Amino acid sequence: MKIRLDTVIKTFETFRAVHGVSLEIESGELVALLGPSGSGKTTILRMVAGLEYADEGHIYFGDQDATDIPVRDRGVGFVFQHYALFPHMTVAENIGFGMKVSKVKRDKSEIAARVADLLRLVRLEGLGDRFPGQISGGQRQRVALARALAVDPKVLLLDEPFGALDANVRHDLRRWLREIHQELGITTIFVTHDQEEALDLADRVVILREGKIVQQGTPQEVCRDPKDAFVMKFLGDANRLTGTVSAGIAHVGDAQVDAPGIADGPAEIFARPRDLDWSTSGPGVAATVDRVLDRPGERRVIATASTGETLEFDVEPEQAVAKGEAGFVTLRRAKVFAVS
Amino acid sequence: MSTLRRKPPRVGDNPLFRSLLIGIVLILGALLILAPLIVIGVEAFRQGWKVYVATLTNSDTRHAIMLTVITALIAVPLNTIFGVAAAWAITKFDFRGKRLLLVVTEIPFSVSPIVAGVAYLFVYGLQGIFGPLLDAYDVKILFALPGIVLASMFVTAPFVARELIPLMQAQGRDLEEAATSLGASGWRTFFSVTLPNVKWAMLYGVVLCNARVMGEFGAVSIVSGNIRGQTNTLPLHIELLYHDYQAAGAFASASILAVIAVFTIIAKVALEGRGAGRRVKPAAILATPETRP
Repeated sequence: MKIRLDTVIKTFETFRAVHGVSLEIESGELVALLGPSGSGKTTILRMVAGLEYADEGHIYFGDQDATDIPVRDRGVGFVFQHYALFPHMTVAENIGFGMKVSKVKRDKSEIAARVADLLRLVRLEGLGDRFPGQISGGQRQRVALARALAVDPKVLLLDEPFGALDANVRHDLRRWLREIHQELGITTIFVTHDQEEALDLADRVVILREGKIVQQGTPQEVCRDPKDAFVMKFLGDANRLTGTVSAGIAHVGDAQVDAPGIADGPAEIFARPRDLDWSTSGPGVAATVDRVLDRPGERRVIATASTGETLEFDVEPEQAVAKGEAGFVTLRRAKVFAVS
Repeated sequence: MSTLRRKPPRVGDNPLFRSLLIGIVLILGALLILAPLIVIGVEAFRQGWKVYVATLTNSDTRHAIMLTVITALIAVPLNTIFGVAAAWAITKFDFRGKRLLLVVTEIPFSVSPIVAGVAYLFVYGLQGIFGPLLDAYDVKILFALPGIVLASMFVTAPFVARELIPLMQAQGRDLEEAATSLGASGWRTFFSVTLPNVKWAMLYGVVLCNARVMGEFGAVSIVSGNIRGQTNTLPLHIELLYHDYQAAGAFASASILAVIAVFTIIAKVALEGRGAGRRVKPAAILATPETRP
């Protein structure tokens, strides 16, 4: 089901959480709402679910205006950050709850069969009569997903789905969620503050800041062409240098970076750790090495530029570089933004 | 030699200090709680089983017991409904005056029951605000069952709510939101999701509420009018017997309240074993309060 948000606004007391967000999500798409805390991403998700009402604007499910449809009748599957499993019901009863309370009456054997199917889908066969307190966090997350899918939702909404899990489990569940999405083809929106999770999992990433959409696009689009310094920094570690642009070329130290379409004047230059290199000769930014951290795949160099910025970058494992050494940081590639 | 050395005591674990504290508590406990209970038992049976049974089957005593039970049967369910509704409103909704409601539910704890009784006199008494109107329609509230129930309810209003509010606050709204998003109605959500998770705490509140209703003296003594065989509840009846120099009768009646108290304690301990009566449930699966942007 296609979901469309049209200039949605939500204010809590005096705090404006969402400032006129418009967004279209195609049927079957897997979209990540990515942003720091306070960016309004969870509020948007809760409004799509109907757990929160928009103060202004409209939310459409397909051609139907769903803005005022209460959550009970909206037909969404919502997976809560802390799972919100019913602690007094078994795993099977949790999954069957939606079918049991549905206005569409199903008989017991039909519900049991569907619960068994869902347990198989989330790979928890045999755990149906455990209680939520008796299974692991990753398993609870999968039960929560099965419970949400049991009501055949038009859209699946996940609030920080892997936030409370440890790194390994998170990795596995991510791949698994991707597989389930491929299998079922259900329109899915999930909220995260973890850029890696968003980029790994989503067809499209929507980056939010202070209740507004900053940029949206495929992982490739937002990574290769971040729209501004915020997106650049938010998507991953970035070194910031200052320089000047003249005639489409940014000058930083005695190095030059292409800056097409950037107005002449002062500019910020951002480079990922892998985009910088170390050289004893220029052209580059003069710097002194503070520390070298050896890692399995590379050497991380922490250096102070002559202009005062601290730079962190990775060099080849064979590169000879030592603490106290003076030399130049060269730029393989960088993003230039005009200073506003 | 070194293996025989005593481990140094932990902070505050000086043996002398420890026995002193335990001794004080035991002595005070014996003097203040145990001795009176023993006296009740002994005095009730001083003149033998026959007198004990005769006192309890005396029509006034029987009436007092019945009245107390009826009062509890009306007041406790009503206060349970009130407590659940108040706790639900305070913990699951946001509205103006929420703090005020919280304070109001606690008032009966800080007001002397006598004050409550007198206040009811001024509201429903003949000289009171609604008195003439009630009199005109021949509705008897004071010096009758309704007054006794009202006064008992006032005194015990906070019991259930106070047990439920901290627990329901700790549980948050996630479970209810989850149930609703799965298509459950409000009633369904309450009965199959909210109630099962708070039932022990609720029962704990009910047990305490019941004990207090049955034992309430101050407020009830003002509004009931102390009419023997008509508006005397068990505690009032005990006082009356005592003033009539019927010590055996007073103690026999008091022994009933003591037995109720013992059962209350057993029920309370049993419920605490199920996790009720603690401020926050330690179960990790309960939702932690959410930080929402």
